[in-house]
Amino acid sequence: MNATYLARRLLLAIPTLAGVAVIVFVLLRVVPGDPIAMMIPPGAGEDDIERLRALYGLDLPIWQQFLAWLGDVAVGDFGTSISLRQNVLGLVLSRLPATLELAAVAMLLALAIGLTLGLVATRWRGHWPEAGTDGIVGLALAVPDFLWALVFVLLLGVAWPVLPISGRLDPRLGLEFTTSFYLIESLVTGRFAVAGMLLSHLLLPATALALPLASVIARVLKTSMAEVMGEDYILMARVKGFGAWRVILGEALRNALIPTVTLSGVQFTFLVGGTVLIERIFSYPGIGNMAIGAVIERDLPLIQGLILTFAVLFIAVNLIIDMAMVWLDPRVRHG
Amino acid sequence: MAEPRIWAGGAVLATLVAVALLAPWLAPHDPLAQDLLAGQLPPFWLAGADPLYPLGTDSLGRDLLSRLIYGARVALTVAVVASALAALLGTALGLVAGWFGGWADMAISRLIDIWMAFPPVLLSIVLVAVIGAGLPAVIIAIVIVDWTRFARVIRAEAIQQRGRDYITSAVTIGLGRWAILLREILPNVLPLLLVLLTLEMGVAVIVEAILSFVGLSVSSDSPTWGGLIAEGRQYIHQAWWVMVAPICCLIVVVVGLNALGDGLKNALDPVLRR
Amino acid sequence: MSALTVDDLHLAIGKTSVLRGVSLDLPAGSVHGLVGESGAGKTMVARAVLGITPRRARITAGRIAIAGQDVTAGKRPLGKGVALIPQDPISALNPVHRIGRQIGDALRLHLGLDRKATDTRVLELLDHVHIREPERVARQYPHELSGGMRQRVLIAAAFACRPPLIIADEPTTALDVTVQRQILRLIRELQREAGTAILFVTHDLGVVAKVCDQVSVMHAGRIVEQAPVETIFAAPAHAYTAALFQATPRYDRPADALRPVPANLHDDLLAEAAAYDRARR
Repeated sequence: MNATYLARRLLLAIPTLAGVAVIVFVLLRVVPGDPIAMMIPPGAGEDDIERLRALYGLDLPIWQQFLAWLGDVAVGDFGTSISLRQNVLGLVLSRLPATLELAAVAMLLALAIGLTLGLVATRWRGHWPEAGTDGIVGLALAVPDFLWALVFVLLLGVAWPVLPISGRLDPRLGLEFTTSFYLIESLVTGRFAVAGMLLSHLLLPATALALPLASVIARVLKTSMAEVMGEDYILMARVKGFGAWRVILGEALRNALIPTVTLSGVQFTFLVGGTVLIERIFSYPGIGNMAIGAVIERDLPLIQGLILTFAVLFIAVNLIIDMAMVWLDPRVRHG
Repeated sequence: MAEPRIWAGGAVLATLVAVALLAPWLAPHDPLAQDLLAGQLPPFWLAGADPLYPLGTDSLGRDLLSRLIYGARVALTVAVVASALAALLGTALGLVAGWFGGWADMAISRLIDIWMAFPPVLLSIVLVAVIGAGLPAVIIAIVIVDWTRFARVIRAEAIQQRGRDYITSAVTIGLGRWAILLREILPNVLPLLLVLLTLEMGVAVIVEAILSFVGLSVSSDSPTWGGLIAEGRQYIHQAWWVMVAPICCLIVVVVGLNALGDGLKNALDPVLRR
Repeated sequence: MSALTVDDLHLAIGKTSVLRGVSLDLPAGSVHGLVGESGAGKTMVARAVLGITPRRARITAGRIAIAGQDVTAGKRPLGKGVALIPQDPISALNPVHRIGRQIGDALRLHLGLDRKATDTRVLELLDHVHIREPERVARQYPHELSGGMRQRVLIAAAFACRPPLIIADEPTTALDVTVQRQILRLIRELQREAGTAILFVTHDLGVVAKVCDQVSVMHAGRIVEQAPVETIFAAPAHAYTAALFQATPRYDRPADALRPVPANLHDDLLAEAAAYDRARR
């Protein structure tokens, strides 16, 4: 693997993160005029306000405030949550695994659905399966994850209640976990019934998150497959006597995945951003749900910590996509 | 015309406009009038429905059909105003970045990178919280979040146009850089802009619904589709139908606007490829 | 038994006739040159033999047999019974797979070799096509090799399963002149060693003189002359063949001796072809 290439991408992420930090600071401290006014609970007294002002160093000049804040953030100190009265980093870390598991399951689902649809459309090009997948893809692309989630809640949670529509697990079971990665932990320790229960809770939110990405993958893959299937090396593979699926999967797919990953890369980060609302709809205890709660509670330190966490997640997803490209394309690998 | 999607999508948009404009005449009830004795009435196709309230009522006995019709006003306002402003801002920055290049492009591209590192939904929620609830805040939030959708695409298109022969000849005639930008490049990105604008209208409707759903959009006495969904989510096991109608409206509107956008893209394709 | 028999082959794309009664016979171990200008239909003959004609093309009459087996409407013994050396070595190798895999995959599929036997055989094959350091090249990707090297790799892949028949579709057209000569010598050498029959499609009469035993000259989907290579070069029987020789540059003749194929000869032949089509309808 080309280490310098990845190192360069990592370095490029630093100014982006710094920019995010500046904007978060400006947005939450400068724009509202008096951030304390935004933070105070209704009915707070004058002395409460003064105490808060001193506590957050808001009596200092703005640039000093920024430097102090940046210094704290750089070492992972996001301060104390106002509404939950706990260390923000601790809160974020306790909820992050739930979001990571949701996003990972959703991405795997999106890949599985998207690749299947794209390949079916390629294999039966010009026949009815192509038209069928085109229809599914068009619909999945037009309707956003927010609406899919609500449709799922109505259809599979209420009208025909086959799947849970709230939370991460069934609280009545009183299950104990040593880590916050419930799904991974239960799979590793072999508690498959528990894993199944966790997956049943994940299925609807993950599918809602996955559908837009899946349809983008399917559409881009179909187009790039159409291009790749006209290449000479595909003809060579057919002349070697390989069957249709062997040619598609063994020879064409990896070549078509290169443009597919490039063009659907942004959509992967959209999926991570989508967790904010999807977690809210399914009362799923991740950082997205927590972020909306923090906004409603006007919990400034928590909001800051969560936005920065999402920014780091986005950058991480982009790095993973870069790494996938390096793995897929030997021409990139050799610089 | 060979593009049925334009007709289908256009019909949806026209219906939305008509319903929004004619809301006071179309709505059978005052959308805010409460009738506590007629709370959570089911819609007409279920037993126990009241013909006075064809789509049923919410928990406060307010007529769902009327609330839905008035909700179209908010949806349309946001769709038109927010996407037009986002298009204006994004196109201006995208054109400047793509056409002038150099440090302007560097700065704007970096800004887009930074913007792309924010979860858009969270950013708009935070923005509304900061600016304060209300329709103008919702519109500002959408513009601030979504300008990058225009800027990215228009910048790429401007860079492409810059390489074309007709630009070279415009330069050799001695036209100024701003003149070329406004008289040569801008008209050539207009078809693309129209497509993006249509798609953005769908996005804006959804974002408004999301903000109302979270409880941050327009104040609660002004009915919105997202607000109806949020209400329905609370009573989902007692009165699930409260959610159904607004969800259907949203789906029809976004699918319609998407069809319109895709149809326009296809119809304008020869123009785009020129 | 013949390695390849093509008998009165007619092929049309949509309503347009492309091949008008092409007949060929390649005894085992022979090299048969198929020459003609572009559009003559020689590549379409090759594609028809391999069963990879364009979607709207169909065989309207005639018969193709590979090693005595009629394949006109059925499956070709691709890979094992017939292989292809393509025209453009740059685009004929899959950019994401290693060289070793692209030579070995047919071995595994058709001969059922295991991984180890495949690797050994791949190194042998690379050695056979005179590639130095076969172990290193087998691990490389196509973009790391030159055009000539890639054509050697494709030749190795074509000979991998020792098919009795190989179609060579202008295998040297995309290469430098110096590399061309090496590649031709290599094909001839391997062909003699393995006793393979080759249908050699080319527009280059110089190439035909170097490698072929028999020659068929094509024009407008028909074979206008068919003869052993010595005969045809010594005394071309058909006016078009003679004109084609006149149009080929040769170092033993002055440059001003070059003549394009006369337009009226083209017109006559096209009129003949049209008359043929009318007669068949």
